[in-house]
Amino acid sequence: MSKTLTILKHELRQTLKRRTFILVTLSIPLLLLIGYGIYQGVQHWTKPSEPEQRTVGYVDQVGIFAEYITQGSISFVSYGSDEEARGGLLADDVDEYFVIPEDYLSTGVIHRFTQKSEMEVPGTIQRAIQDFLLSNLLADDIGSELLERAKAPMYLNTVQLDESGEITEESEFSRYFLPVIFGMLFVFAIFLTSGFLLQSVSEEKENRVIEIILSSVSSRQLLAGKVLGLGVAGLAQITIWLVAIKVFAEVASVNIPILSDLSISPGFIAVGLGYFILGYLFFAALFAGIGSLGSTARESQGLSGILVMPAVVPLWLNYFIINDPDGMLARVLTFVPLTAPIAAMMRLSRDGISSLEVALSLLLLAAAVVFTLWMASKVFRAFLLMYGKSPGLKEILRTLRAA
Amino acid sequence: MYVVECSQVTKRFKDTAAVDHLSFAIGQGEIFGMVGPNGAGKTTALRMLMDIIQPDDGEIRVLGKPINEQVKNRLGYLPEERGLYRKITVAESLLYLAQLKDMRPGPAKERANQLLTRVGMDQHKNKKIEELSKGMGQIIQFLATILHDPDLLVLDEPFAGLDPVNTELLKNLILELKRNGKSIILSTHMMNQVEELCDRFLMINKGRAVLYGSLDEIKSGFKSNSVFLKCDPIPEGLPGVIGSKSHGSYLELFLDGSTSPGDILEALVRARVSVDRFEVSTPSLHEIFIRVAKGD
Repeated sequence: MSKTLTILKHELRQTLKRRTFILVTLSIPLLLLIGYGIYQGVQHWTKPSEPEQRTVGYVDQVGIFAEYITQGSISFVSYGSDEEARGGLLADDVDEYFVIPEDYLSTGVIHRFTQKSEMEVPGTIQRAIQDFLLSNLLADDIGSELLERAKAPMYLNTVQLDESGEITEESEFSRYFLPVIFGMLFVFAIFLTSGFLLQSVSEEKENRVIEIILSSVSSRQLLAGKVLGLGVAGLAQITIWLVAIKVFAEVASVNIPILSDLSISPGFIAVGLGYFILGYLFFAALFAGIGSLGSTARESQGLSGILVMPAVVPLWLNYFIINDPDGMLARVLTFVPLTAPIAAMMRLSRDGISSLEVALSLLLLAAAVVFTLWMASKVFRAFLLMYGKSPGLKEILRTLRAA
Repeated sequence: MYVVECSQVTKRFKDTAAVDHLSFAIGQGEIFGMVGPNGAGKTTALRMLMDIIQPDDGEIRVLGKPINEQVKNRLGYLPEERGLYRKITVAESLLYLAQLKDMRPGPAKERANQLLTRVGMDQHKNKKIEELSKGMGQIIQFLATILHDPDLLVLDEPFAGLDPVNTELLKNLILELKRNGKSIILSTHMMNQVEELCDRFLMINKGRAVLYGSLDEIKSGFKSNSVFLKCDPIPEGLPGVIGSKSHGSYLELFLDGSTSPGDILEALVRARVSVDRFEVSTPSLHEIFIRVAKGD
């Protein structure tokens, strides 16, 4: 046991010193900071500047538009005739002018004159003219309160209801992005650490230190020490990420309202931890076995790629899992050990998984972990000292059968 | 007490027996040679002694017990396939490997410093192995083998690839260990090293023991009944000589079964000839090795 601990500490120390590990661990908090910076920057640059004071001339041929000549930042100046107004425009007394023709009340047509070429009528001008007209048309007949409503009849507030009629308080952001983000962080942490494990095993095989180590400890102690050591590193990494996200969400939700949707419940963390640990152990055992097969680190890495593919299937199929977390596909993926951790985490963040399913899938995963660990220790022992050529599938199967 | 007892040990890979009913014993304080051609099964036998692989059959006792973790802590193994962590410093590597032998970090560090100073590599202790020469790396690996003060050392081709200076250094270290009562197994191709260092040896070929015993015993078993003689003049009619062969400056005389080299010497003294050289012919270990390996 003490030797397992020695190996654990050694592997942990070596992993924490790895440049890749440090970079990837810091990348998430760093990305969050950069993202926040960009958001703030964009907000700053696109913030509407102080409204410009504008003067707009008008010619009232109906004869009822004389009051309310200030609307927001725009003031209206009356002219007696079209010619006078045009003169004012050319003399730069006004920025533009419009004519309310005699038949305005029946047609609603307003003629606007401007020297600028523009794609469409600027919103502020349009709103100001509208308000000016409305105020003059209605102010004498209705109160100011009604007038305000007539100017802005509604502020739309949409509420989404679920099947039972309860209000679902989630935005599209938390609906689609959260599960994918969690899934990806999971994949990342699991594969990064089990990748390091693979590297550590195959490096020791490649540089032949393995023989000295195996003359001091058993292959089981070595496997246990490595798996646990790297597991601690992986846990530390995902903890740093989650804490970073949590802190970031708290701080930044003041400025980015969408982030207040981002809440992580203790239950979610507990189940997530379970999936992370079991998922890691499963892949770690697989990768340790694979690491003992290849004769160089590079060769082993190539072999491991084959296993990464199916594991990320849930991420490819994220649309189906998120939209139908109770569906057949999502369920199947939850029970297959290779895809279970990611699929379950995605469903969990959508609240689309029952606790019975969680328990069953964790149980299946745990059984798979026991089996792969057993298999890995057999393969580990048989092939670690075999240099030169990697064993074929037949030979591996024979070894497992003989064990 | 024997430090190693192997009886009828067999290990098969697929259908071939890499080690086939091998038995031998090694006494305390002995340097025991293990020789044989490539692929004879030496490394497999040593790995079984180290509990890296398990025999299919037979019994191995090391330091008086079947191998367990406590026994493993008292063994030092320098494998033939050599290598060390390339990215870790010398001091870190030594410390880690010593801890795997159940040494506490404090004493391990102290002893590592002592040993590095002893071989004059103190200034390299914070360098990574990849920054050192191959020979230096090999010496470091030897230090890793003896750092935890093991009672039994197993050295698989320890001199391979070393320059004469480092060979001498390593040889002295090995003899020093022997003087301190350690038992050493030396697996090698180089017969002169066996003749120089080993007390007894085992020759294996195709997994089987073909020769086993002390150097003298084995050599006398291989001597042809002949003497080398250089004298002037060569007396006629020496009793029991059935033939002769010239080797240039000296003659080899073949004796019949009932005549011993002593009889010839007596006859020479009686004849009062002046003798420059008289030697009972014994083959070198090298010749024995070649003869046995060829299946002679």
